[in-house]
Amino acid sequence: MSEIPFTEAELQEYVDGRLPERRRDELEAYLAAHPDEAARLAAYRSQAERLREVFAPVLDEPVPQRLALSFVPRASRKARVAMALGWIAVGMAVGWPLHSYIASRTAQVAETPIARRAAIAHVTYSPEVRHPVEVTADQESHLVAWLSKRLGAKVRAPNLETAGYSLVGGRLLPGETGPVAQFMYQCKQGTRVTLYMRTEQSEHEEKAFRYSDQGKVRVYYWIDRTFGYAVSSADINKDLLFKVANTAYAQLNP
Amino acid sequence: MKDSSQVVALIPRLRRYARALVGERAAADDLVQDTLERALNKFHLWKRGTDLRAWLFTVMHNVHVNQVRSRREFLTLDAESLELPVRAAHEASLEARDVERALLRLPVEQREVLLLVVLEDLSYEEAAAALGIPIGTVMSRLSRGREKLRALMEGLPASGRLHVIK
Repeated sequence: MSEIPFTEAELQEYVDGRLPERRRDELEAYLAAHPDEAARLAAYRSQAERLREVFAPVLDEPVPQRLALSFVPRASRKARVAMALGWIAVGMAVGWPLHSYIASRTAQVAETPIARRAAIAHVTYSPEVRHPVEVTADQESHLVAWLSKRLGAKVRAPNLETAGYSLVGGRLLPGETGPVAQFMYQCKQGTRVTLYMRTEQSEHEEKAFRYSDQGKVRVYYWIDRTFGYAVSSADINKDLLFKVANTAYAQLNP
Repeated sequence: MKDSSQVVALIPRLRRYARALVGERAAADDLVQDTLERALNKFHLWKRGTDLRAWLFTVMHNVHVNQVRSRREFLTLDAESLELPVRAAHEASLEARDVERALLRLPVEQREVLLLVVLEDLSYEEAAAALGIPIGTVMSRLSRGREKLRALMEGLPASGRLHVIK
């Protein structure tokens, strides 16, 4: 329908000064006869100039130190990690095994599938606005009964209000060996945390609390004999998540 | 390490792009920090001799996608669906200095392409590679982004079909 003898892509190339010379001359001749089109492309050009102008000052700002430090190879970062841990130790006056956390933080690698699985479930459902959960918190007793029945073990949703998180609800998910439960919590600012819960095939003795980075998702997880738990969030920092996970841990593993 | 000093030298560029992409200063610097940390972990994936800056934009794009985008996308969509002619009357014309505000109202995909091409002067091929999309998509997002930004700057409804209510 359009009779413009140039493709839209060519027009964009022209705006960016990337159209080959001969074609450019032809286009300019065409624009001379088509003021509307000429005005549109001129507007794009001044828009580009404006953008460059507006953001140019950022280049001259001093780089914040935290950024300059983020690209420092690991060896020299030990000190920073140690500092962060020290801070946690001070901030969390909770009687629970910090040494296992430190051990896992230094080893860091041994990712167990539960952290990965929980992180995937977290990124799948936590961005949902309309359907974050299958059953909402106002039917909590129904939710808990239903999930307990499907998992074949008594499930409960810990109360995380003291950590600032309210239950949104929960859902049932397919796991590797059977159904898995996910509870979702949200704070007043809208950040979300999910608790992933599955039954373990074999009995585990260890209760150690571990941390794992799964891309953007931070996960604290632990296994308590027959149950594996993982608390995930992509919204909040490690320290805050630690507090939330610890609240859940204290209730689920009294 | 020579390469790492190259990365550090590019931080101001990354900050500028992040600022334009995200808007708010602290959030933009968070994005840069996450990008740098991820780039450090994935540095072995960078092919020496290829454009380091384009690679860092790829890393930033991925970080941004994983991070805020999934959440923010809904907000953008909702804002779009609530787009009523009334708005044009309220904001007859955005001042030129409001280009930042207008920019933030573009869908993030269009904003990214526009900024990589205009602000960072990446070639269309580089922008396509950085975002992991075909070059045709780069061109169409660029075109739609520019048109929408123009409409926002001139205080017109983006679709051009709605009438301004006086």
